[in-house]
Amino acid sequence: MTAIELPATVPVPTSQEKAHKVFAFSSRWRWEEIAFWVVAAISIVVFPTHLVLIAQVLITGLFALSFDLLVGYAGIPSLGHAAFFGIGAYTAGLLARAGWTEPISGLVIAAIVAGVAGLALSVVVSRLTGIGLIMITLGVGLLLYEAAHSARGITGGDDGLSGINIAPIFGHFQFDFYGRTAVVYTFCVAFLLYLVARRIVNSPFGLELKGIRENVRRVPAIGIPLRSRYMVAFTVSAALAGVAGALLAQITQTVALSALSFDRSAAALIMVMIGGMGTLIGALVGAAAYMVAQDRLSDLNPVYWNFWVGLLLVLFVLFARGGLIGGVDRLIVWIRSKRSKS
Amino acid sequence: MNANGAALSTDNLCKNFGALRVAIDVNFTLPQGCRHALIGPNGSGKTTLINLIGGALAPTSGKILLDGQDITGLSADQRVLRGLTRTFQINTLFPRLTPIEAVTMVVCQRRGYGASLWRSLKRSHEAIDEAYEVLSQLHLAEDCDRPTAQLAYGRQRLLEIALALAARPKVLLLDEPAAGVPQQQSGEILSVISSLPDDIAVLFIEHDIDLVFRFAERITVLVAGRILCEGTPAEIAANPEVRRIYLGDEVHV
Repeated sequence: MTAIELPATVPVPTSQEKAHKVFAFSSRWRWEEIAFWVVAAISIVVFPTHLVLIAQVLITGLFALSFDLLVGYAGIPSLGHAAFFGIGAYTAGLLARAGWTEPISGLVIAAIVAGVAGLALSVVVSRLTGIGLIMITLGVGLLLYEAAHSARGITGGDDGLSGINIAPIFGHFQFDFYGRTAVVYTFCVAFLLYLVARRIVNSPFGLELKGIRENVRRVPAIGIPLRSRYMVAFTVSAALAGVAGALLAQITQTVALSALSFDRSAAALIMVMIGGMGTLIGALVGAAAYMVAQDRLSDLNPVYWNFWVGLLLVLFVLFARGGLIGGVDRLIVWIRSKRSKS
Repeated sequence: MNANGAALSTDNLCKNFGALRVAIDVNFTLPQGCRHALIGPNGSGKTTLINLIGGALAPTSGKILLDGQDITGLSADQRVLRGLTRTFQINTLFPRLTPIEAVTMVVCQRRGYGASLWRSLKRSHEAIDEAYEVLSQLHLAEDCDRPTAQLAYGRQRLLEIALALAARPKVLLLDEPAAGVPQQQSGEILSVISSLPDDIAVLFIEHDIDLVFRFAERITVLVAGRILCEGTPAEIAANPEVRRIYLGDEVHV
């Protein structure tokens, strides 16, 4: 018999260590993030008949993520975010129709054009807050939609742009009829940009965005120029939205007027709400939940889709402000507390 | 340091809201490293003066000089970078951020990489350590990783000062730092203020006259937007006009 073994003393973290842990914790990989991307990758293999839906989820998720940067992190409300999605889509579409068919440079150019549009809008709105911002962004979104509607010569109006030909990716991977190349391409771009967005929210700039959300009045008093932060936030968010739009144009080889529609802006808000604001992954999870549910439910009875969306929204706002991600987080905390008690 | 040693001064500063004159020809000087109290009845324009100096309000006329340089045209955030920071009478904090996050944000900004999109925050160890130092100085080290909204009110008042201090100001404006804090704790807040490094000049508004006389080296009395008088606590206490308007039995509010 050996002597009774004493449990090794667990060192209590000093408060300075706790200070550093705050930042390590907020930038940790949540298991929801890993789960989302693993499930997305697996579904490409497992559901070969649903590749179009998977690609659409990723594109819409990327768009919702760009929206989350503004609304969830910086607390800047917008109801016209589809403007940047549409600008990206039309840029990519028009480029390809003009003979610039290389896809990746097409995405980059779409990002730049949408980013410049975001920068321009930020200059207009940087003095506004709250309802003023909502109204201006809504107005700009509607204006752009109608402009695209009437500029038939450029945008094709109601008919949209079609006959977009995209060259093979890296000159090698041809877009195929089943959408295999398209979905892998979309997955890679969306994942890469997810990593970029992740890096941004865990940077000093990302922290300042949260500061703007938490108390816009204090921000100038600690030396942060609000206007320039608004400009960067809008530019980055618009550029990401532009890439999402461009991806849709490239893989569907069409651009519809609905790329610019108010419905798209509103859907992004709903998705971020359902998934969990200010979490990044919540935007993607929300987009997936929304679109898969829409796909299922509209098979059953398309008339009632908006009814279910409305009901879901009311329930989430009343009972689950943190969205799906917030709910899962609470569940984990609850399970851990149960375990530590037993 | 400029010739006359003033960290901050105002030159005939005026502010009108329409016909209402809230600051009238304010000529005020804050020497380097001074602990200077601004007192006066309610509505005498104390917070307005802080707002004017800090840059939250633009003066109708007059000039503000920081270390001899005219800063009247600068925005609030530019003034912070020049070394002029303020706190607020009503807590103006970041409820869902932890104190360490909030203060690290200020430190990153002061160090010049607040706008960096690509830098890793968790690897910015020097900034986090510096923020932690500031929090320790204000007795907030233990609470550094709790959301601000969950802190006791008195702790939040200290964080209010920590945010301003992290910007390493030369001039610190404190708008009623102990507002709403029970008397036992307000002494703690004021003693934290008086133990600040000597190279920081502090202008503070405080209603508790006992605290003012304990901690201030100089006092300015503001009445109806005008400076009534200025001097050492002994001089102010002896001033018959101050006694009549502010300190006497018949308090005019």
